[in-house]
Amino acid sequence: MAALLEVENLRTHFATRNGVVRAVDGLSFHVDAGETVAIVGESGCGKSVTSLSILRLVDQPPARIAGQIRFGGRNLAALGEAEMRDLRGNEIGMIFQEPMTSLNPLLTIGRQIAEPVMLHQGLDRVAARARALEMLTLVGIPAPERRLDDYPHQLSGGMRQRAMIAMALACNPKILVADEPTTALDVTIQAQIIDLMRDLQRRTGSAIILITHDLGVVAEMAARVVVMYAGRKVEEADVATIFTDPRHPYTRGLLGAVPRPGSRGTNTRLAEIPGSVPSLIKPLVGCAFAGRCPKAGDICRRAAPAWREVGPGHGAACHFAAGAA
Amino acid sequence: MTATAPDGEGFAIAPDLPPLIAEPPRRGRVATFVRRHPTIVLGAALLGLMVLIAVCAPWLGTGDPQALSPAKRIRAPSAEFWFGTDSLGRDVYSRVIYGARTSLLVGIVVALAATVAGVAVGLVSGFVRWLDPIVMRVIDGLMAIPSVLIAIALLGIARGSVVNVIVAITLAEFPRVARLVRGVVLSLREQPYVDAALACGSGGGRIMLRHILPNALDPIIVQATYIGASAVIAEAVLSFIGVGTPPTVPSWGNIMAEGRALWQVKPYIVFFPAVFLCITVLGVNLLGDGLRDMLDPRVAKRA
Amino acid sequence: MTGYILRRLLMTVPVMAVVALFVFSLLYVAPGDPAAIIAGEQATPAEMQRIRASLGLDQPFVPRFARWAWNAVQGDLGVSVFSATPVSEMIVQRIPPTLSLMVLTLLISIVVAVPVGVVAAANQGGWIDRLFMSAAVLGFSLPVFVVGYLLAYLFALQLGWLPVQGYRPPSGGVWEYLSRLILPALALSGGYIALIARIARSAMLEVLSQDYIRTARAKGVARQVILFVHALRNATLPIVSIIGIGVATLISGAVVTETVFGIPGLGRLVVDALLRRDYPVIQGVVLVFSFTYVLVNLAIDLAYTLLDPRIRY
Repeated sequence: MAALLEVENLRTHFATRNGVVRAVDGLSFHVDAGETVAIVGESGCGKSVTSLSILRLVDQPPARIAGQIRFGGRNLAALGEAEMRDLRGNEIGMIFQEPMTSLNPLLTIGRQIAEPVMLHQGLDRVAARARALEMLTLVGIPAPERRLDDYPHQLSGGMRQRAMIAMALACNPKILVADEPTTALDVTIQAQIIDLMRDLQRRTGSAIILITHDLGVVAEMAARVVVMYAGRKVEEADVATIFTDPRHPYTRGLLGAVPRPGSRGTNTRLAEIPGSVPSLIKPLVGCAFAGRCPKAGDICRRAAPAWREVGPGHGAACHFAAGAA
Repeated sequence: MTATAPDGEGFAIAPDLPPLIAEPPRRGRVATFVRRHPTIVLGAALLGLMVLIAVCAPWLGTGDPQALSPAKRIRAPSAEFWFGTDSLGRDVYSRVIYGARTSLLVGIVVALAATVAGVAVGLVSGFVRWLDPIVMRVIDGLMAIPSVLIAIALLGIARGSVVNVIVAITLAEFPRVARLVRGVVLSLREQPYVDAALACGSGGGRIMLRHILPNALDPIIVQATYIGASAVIAEAVLSFIGVGTPPTVPSWGNIMAEGRALWQVKPYIVFFPAVFLCITVLGVNLLGDGLRDMLDPRVAKRA
Repeated sequence: MTGYILRRLLMTVPVMAVVALFVFSLLYVAPGDPAAIIAGEQATPAEMQRIRASLGLDQPFVPRFARWAWNAVQGDLGVSVFSATPVSEMIVQRIPPTLSLMVLTLLISIVVAVPVGVVAAANQGGWIDRLFMSAAVLGFSLPVFVVGYLLAYLFALQLGWLPVQGYRPPSGGVWEYLSRLILPALALSGGYIALIARIARSAMLEVLSQDYIRTARAKGVARQVILFVHALRNATLPIVSIIGIGVATLISGAVVTETVFGIPGLGRLVVDALLRRDYPVIQGVVLVFSFTYVLVNLAIDLAYTLLDPRIRY
């Protein structure tokens, strides 16, 4: 079976005053129908740009996108703007990090949810409003009839994110792109939103691309994990393998930086990855992670490692990936 | 895809990807400045040209701007009178060139005076809490009176002279600066480093000079430039409606005022001073826009 | 809500008081004795004294101001020194031309400036944006009377499409009325369009960089709908408020425009009064214009509450 979405050699570069930023540089991954794939990395690694590039929501210029994004037999990167609009919010839904700022403050919740339905499914105002009500009920907003005519500022953060999800799923998309959906929320609300997304995925069968830096969320939701660093994929595996047998030193670093339940005593101290993300303006020589890598050898500073398979469905871009942890 | 490293260790090396976007070419500092801030360069050039004209007025082929020659009234532009003559037979070219002095003088002096007055009032208002509401109500009131009307009202009680025109326009313009400076003071007063300076025993005056003013400088410079442009226009307007500089001091406004009665038949008397006026104001405004873009990176990013 | 309206109304009181104080002080410090002018050349000192007393001119500043302000509140702005007619009467007569000019200018400006600002922002950095913004700098830099002469020369003198100057009341026919207002209104709207278009552009840019615009795009909403429905609504506040603030510029410009086009409005009245040193008239016009400005901005502030559901006072 062909993958639902196949991203191949995606590159998104931005022209800025200070030079060209290679935000995403040669990323490939795929998403199967109904599957949840997490894209993980530190801020600035290009994971958000990846999600925006899939929907072509980055402005070109100043950006330029290259590569293939195959979805339903079409290459999104080559699609016209009008065709792209037909896809957005219809076959591919998207939710964002900041529920506070991602909703239009001057339009009612009901109108904002009804908008894509009217646009893509041709429903009239009344039918779209009914659909909005249905969606609000589905995402578990109490007293949904009243909320339809509320403005975003009248809702709490968690409620707003539920409204965002309702809006993104209103047209039954095949894929939901969730860009840090829980980051801006309180911990208890985070858990509720994750539960909600899992529940909705079971019911609607849509695939999810989950962009996050939170490995806790990854462990709870994802089937497969793509680890990104400096605009490139450094490791990919199913979720169990990533947590038990990470091959890339960066992945290990990320895991080391997460507090593990059950660990006690002196080991509770978080490991951190020394150094910081390299500038993406200068062309990188060698492995992007070499400067922060405890294992980096001469070769790492000279030549960028190619992708290599280290197990079934498991690969890494590291010269030393073959050696077990 | 798999290549062998030159040292033969069998490492797989990722292929090099060609650049998607060409890197912008490196330029020298001057070229970069001109490219990034073309408006500053153009504005400064226009303004510089006018300053040059004003300074060099006597050597630009001008005659006495006051010389009357009743026999040569209302002549069209010619080799003898480049811009023609007015209804009293004065050489319009000489008057326009000398008029640059009046306009620029008014523009520069008002910009400076309004800035100094505005900074003083703004600082006091921002720092002396009990005075603030009083000062701000007065500023609000002054700003509620359209600026030309303030100047008109003031010139109603004092005859038109260059000094009175300057005072009148300054009074109409300084509230803008005062507002701006007060706003900066109020926001900076809460900043940790001002608190720290206070805690270290710095006096109010010292804090103003060392900490507040440098931070407020950029917007003040931009504002002062715009005020200069407004002042040049205001002087022309006041002289045009007959209450500004007296006819003995040629200014673009009063040359136009004198040409007003004849403009339908002899439009050049109005035309030439108008062109000079527009070029000057355009230069100052361009300079102001450019400075704003350069000094306020938040705006520059968008502009 | 009512509380806010009341508070906002109260806030205009000190502003108007300062305006009144400024305007009154003019007469107080003005050279010349109004009593002497009213009494005429042959008046005896006793007569002069009587007139001074009847005008309250012999009293100190504060009671004089109080009396003047009280009269002004009741619509009595004194008597013209020149024509001996009540100032309020003169002003009322001159309102229609000025109001017509300003309303037409306002309409032209908003209709032109808002789309220009939106389109410029939508094409930020492109040639349309540069063209519009260059035109805006020009609009700022060309004084009203220069533009006025240019338009009159072109469209009235050379092409003969419109009358050169003057004013006809609307009772004399709509075209007679409008044709004499078009050129002055166009001249006056230049700077105002530039002002509004620039603010509209920067407000739109601010809004277009917001997350909710990205959300709208992610929903597949078309560009025009995003611009004019999602974005423009959110940019309305700064645009409406600059329209209000710009009324001050508009008033200043109207004074000049009326002079250029020979329109017998309030601007012409104040300029004529100035040349004759007719202080009560100057005071009256300045007061009326300033209060108009304050009231327009008050109305705009109150209108905000209707525009933005977040504002709840």
